[in-house]
Amino acid sequence: MAILLKDLVNKNVPLNGGHRMCPGCPTPVIVKQILMSTDHPKVAANATGCLEVATTIYPYTAWNIPWIHNAFENAAATIAGIESAFRALIKRGEIAEDRKQTKFIAFGGDGGTYDIGLQSLSGALERGHNFLYVCYDNEGYMNTGIQRSSATPIGANTTTTPVGKVSYGKKEPRKDLISIVAAHHIPYIASAAPHNWMDTMNKAKKAIEVNGPAFMDVISPCVPGWKIRTDEWKGISEAAVKTCFWPLIEIENGEWRLTGESKKIADGKMEKLPVEEFLKSQGRFKHLFKLENKDVIKLIQDDVDKSWNYYKRMAGYND
Amino acid sequence: MKEIKKSWKNIPIGGNILEAGNSKNYITGTWRTFIPRLDKEKCVNCFQCWMFCPDNSISIVENKMVGFDYDHCKGCGMCVSVCPTKAITMEKEEK
Ligand SMILES: Cc1ncc(C[n+]2csc(CCOP(=O)(O)OP(=O)(O)O)c2C)c(N)n1
Ligand code: SF4
Ligand code: SF4
Repeated sequence: MAILLKDLVNKNVPLNGGHRMCPGCPTPVIVKQILMSTDHPKVAANATGCLEVATTIYPYTAWNIPWIHNAFENAAATIAGIESAFRALIKRGEIAEDRKQTKFIAFGGDGGTYDIGLQSLSGALERGHNFLYVCYDNEGYMNTGIQRSSATPIGANTTTTPVGKVSYGKKEPRKDLISIVAAHHIPYIASAAPHNWMDTMNKAKKAIEVNGPAFMDVISPCVPGWKIRTDEWKGISEAAVKTCFWPLIEIENGEWRLTGESKKIADGKMEKLPVEEFLKSQGRFKHLFKLENKDVIKLIQDDVDKSWNYYKRMAGYND
Repeated sequence: MKEIKKSWKNIPIGGNILEAGNSKNYITGTWRTFIPRLDKEKCVNCFQCWMFCPDNSISIVENKMVGFDYDHCKGCGMCVSVCPTKAITMEKEEK
């Protein structure tokens, strides 16, 4: 059944207003898109980070569904434990019929996912728990003041890769987490971008309803971290996809596919924009537009092209 | 809406939060510098603003966009930038 906006607006939103995420932060929108993609009962776990801290400042919580925070590095292990306990309770006949289809979803930032939570994520994927892990990827440790993570792109100015006379920002490319997760051969993996809500929600629905582990990496432009205006994230999410900086990928039972604008670009039906279109409105890349950093933009373009060509090949396109 | 402040004398034992989604009792509307206004004549009820508002502050009643939840709207302006008919505008909020 298609997901329609006119139906969604009449449903309860899983995350209430009154949370303390920054004005103009897309992460609550991502949570809404993921959790509203199916009507099944849901339980969420959260790694430490902006989403966890700012939605549950005592004595308040913004969550309308059962929710747990444990630590920074173990959201995947925590949701795996809940899912196992739930299966045990079903066996003992202690779960009501209308609750048996409960779904388990973990949310973590890129620091909590690409870096410190990677082993707990890998473990939960390998053990085959029935859950979805969602990384809201703001490309840095934002809650603690914009430190670089292994998801931070080349050239970004962060507090641990500061720009100055000797440095143009982060030197290393982003970690290819999609491929690392793909190596676990789980049934469903996708990348997504919140400006394309239909694509994100269709993917989330499949990811939540599939039997076994699923993973989604969703780009989440961050107002203070990326140094953007509060009304800009949707355009930047779109530019990320249209420049192929953030390809929309889906891997279903090992079969790679491109979706949304990325598919159109690969099929030659949409223009692939130069990476400057993604970089230009973000303060974290401002220094790259100075004459002395011209080569860095080329470096970034080459890196984007290299990974775009790799994903295209994986999805069955010839160069 | 008046914000309910709790002291240590009347919080539940163990620091439990007993009501789901009780952040709705916390006002973030005071964060605003600019405030969104709706022109109902121009609105076509496409609900793009609802989808992209990070603070759940678009009020929909009987399938109609009727305005904003000013208790929680932080004035980010995203609803303005996604509205296809320019039915929402921002103005400086007088306090
Ligand atoms: C083991 C441990 N180390 C460090 C911290 C401090 N800490 C809390 S949130 C955070 C950053 C989280 O970054 P990320 O996962 O990218 O999420 P974001 O804040 O960007 O949403 C850090 C370092 C912690 N809570 N636990
Ligand atoms: S720091 Fe970034 S990710 Fe965190 S709440 Fe603010 S905009 Fe969102
Ligand atoms: S200004 Fe921002 S918070 Fe307020 S209603 Fe519009 S999108 Fe929501």
